[in-house]
Amino acid sequence: MYKIIKKRRLNPTVTEMHIEAPLVANKAKPGQFIILRVDESGERIPLTVAGVNKDSGTVKIIYQIVGATTKKLDTKEEGEYIQDFVGPLGVPTHTEGIKKVCIIGGGVGCAIAMPVAEEFHNLGADVTSIIGFRNKDLVILEDEFKSFSDKFVLVTDDGSYGDKGNVTMPLKSMLESGEKFDMIITIGPLIMMKFVTLTAKEYNIPVTVSMNPIMIDGTGMCGGCRLTLIHEGKRVTKFACVDGPDFNGYEVDFDEAMSRGRMYSDFERHAFEETCNLIKKAKENE
Amino acid sequence: MAINPKKCPMPHQDADVRSRNFDEVATGYTVEMAIGEAKRCLECKNKPCVSGCPVNINIPGFISKVKVGEFEEAYKIISESSSLPAVCGRVCPQESQCEHNCTLGIKFEPVGIGRLERFVADYHNANSTEEPVKPEPNGHKVAVVGSGPAGLTCAGDLAKRGYKVTIFEALHTPGGVLVYGIPEFRLPKAIVAKEVDTLKKLGVDIETNVVIGKTLTIDELMEEGYEAIFIGSGAGLPKFMGIEGEGYKGVLSANEFLTRINLMKAYEEGSDTPIQKGKKVCVIGGGNVAMDAARCARRLGAEVTIVYRRTEKELPARREEVEHAMEEGIVFKFLTNPVKILGDENGNARAMVCQRMELSAPDESGRARPVAVEGSEFEIEADTVIMALGTSPNPLIKSTTKGLETQKWGGIIADENGLTSRTAIYAGGDAVTGAATVILAMGAGKTSAKAIDEYLTNK
Repeated sequence: MYKIIKKRRLNPTVTEMHIEAPLVANKAKPGQFIILRVDESGERIPLTVAGVNKDSGTVKIIYQIVGATTKKLDTKEEGEYIQDFVGPLGVPTHTEGIKKVCIIGGGVGCAIAMPVAEEFHNLGADVTSIIGFRNKDLVILEDEFKSFSDKFVLVTDDGSYGDKGNVTMPLKSMLESGEKFDMIITIGPLIMMKFVTLTAKEYNIPVTVSMNPIMIDGTGMCGGCRLTLIHEGKRVTKFACVDGPDFNGYEVDFDEAMSRGRMYSDFERHAFEETCNLIKKAKENE
Repeated sequence: MAINPKKCPMPHQDADVRSRNFDEVATGYTVEMAIGEAKRCLECKNKPCVSGCPVNINIPGFISKVKVGEFEEAYKIISESSSLPAVCGRVCPQESQCEHNCTLGIKFEPVGIGRLERFVADYHNANSTEEPVKPEPNGHKVAVVGSGPAGLTCAGDLAKRGYKVTIFEALHTPGGVLVYGIPEFRLPKAIVAKEVDTLKKLGVDIETNVVIGKTLTIDELMEEGYEAIFIGSGAGLPKFMGIEGEGYKGVLSANEFLTRINLMKAYEEGSDTPIQKGKKVCVIGGGNVAMDAARCARRLGAEVTIVYRRTEKELPARREEVEHAMEEGIVFKFLTNPVKILGDENGNARAMVCQRMELSAPDESGRARPVAVEGSEFEIEADTVIMALGTSPNPLIKSTTKGLETQKWGGIIADENGLTSRTAIYAGGDAVTGAATVILAMGAGKTSAKAIDEYLTNK
């Protein structure tokens, strides 16, 4: 059992938790993820490590309430326990030789992008951050990003905060004005990462994307996190849990990944509604 | 009294009933059946059956005790060689091992050794109140990576010799393939839990949620004071065919399908883990994993077809599993190989294009190679395609352990005692051989336990 040391709401649907897991805290690096199970009957879900504190032996996770499991996780409070917590899994984000980097986060993906920005900042790289949200109410981690970035741009789809538009717009104008990066690292919805990749490709800037496919064991056994890369014209099967989660954006078959990501969406929608009802009932009975 | 030429049949749940539930298929011998079957054993002097057993159980010895109704005595004899008798009695391929060598089998059906082993183990589990005795500690610490059949056996044998053993398991439940791979209807999970519990009573510690190669490395375990390590990390990532259309929704590996069902209990009403409940399911492959996946899909209500590129004779699965699958209404398409998966406008699989195959003359390995028949393409309707084509080794330990040599295909190199290229580090089971059987993994765990004991005793 793993204790919840701290819990903080970042916006109406996004929560930060600090979990006591010293072995994971000791090893985890930006870009890696953990798998957790809320309770004895729960499913295994992957969440990216959003930070660690080696002294207190805690791992920070940030999740958005999107399905039954994150809904259930969100009912847990400080001092309570979650059943299972395993990691760190996946390959850490490559930082070697990157002096000037552009970090692009979308929505809750910013929770994963933030520690990557922090890592580059600590390594002395020049960090440009572009983060995007649907609207002002959903903005998270703005101060953190600002403190780790040499240049910072925030956009919202509806213009209710920061510049109006999506993350590819400021990226495009930077690249157009002659800005160069050793690497663009993008983390967020697949459709956003696809368009960031297409934009960067026009200017020959390499792109690393952080993939978050369906996963069960996360240790290189079940193969649920399979995705297709197009490497030198050939289709190659890769597994996000052991080969990723970071991949060369130029090679990822985003359309397939988007389609496969919806494989269990009917089930999940149903399970989410069920969980909402259960929680509502439990609250009524209190 | 004349010997009954036939093995006493195993009582089963009716095929129609069992293809709609996940309860155990074979219900086990009664006392009378067990004694009757045991009496068929000739107790021959040269014991050919024993040499067919990867862990060399004294088979005529335990059967002689069953004959006279001394089931606990029989259990003790099996336990001398096997730490998981209730498991082996159910999942071993006896027809190609002990029973294959049975003298009675020359003229008649061989003795039902596996069924008797299962009976003895179940009898013990149901009736014995005897607790395992914790042996006197010898002061040595050994780490075991993985709690599948190889790891459990190695840990059990070492614990019995007084070693302080810690098993590190990546998943949340111990048991490895016995838990995530083999379905409930073939191996009830309560039996695995019972075997794991016995190990704990012997003093074995099990640390779940620790991925060796990630959470801790092999070298860190050595630094923590483990004097020897056994790696039984099992098989790795599933193989795919690399054909067009594998990216459609509804195409998945048997490992994923089985893990959802067995480990995550996705077949149970109210489970949090989703499962693809297809209407028309095709399973590609002919091994035990293919049979398990097909029979699970059947139990979830699908029409199921197994597609295999050779003939029935070459199926690598246990004969019993093939027969059970057929009884449960699973259709087999032999000499058939998929070349393409077709999808609908929403990206869901809808059919497979297959080719008919012919067997060529056997090559130098003795196996007939299937060759495609030109222009023989045809379609099979399928909303779900499950690939059961074997696995390639997990890269996590290899990539984080300096000096640990591996084969080109990724398997860890180990000698006949399980010793790897690194001092004090042993390995066995699927991590070394590639996907094989539970009993072979157990045999490897046993061999390594003996070698580790010799190494640490003489150090």
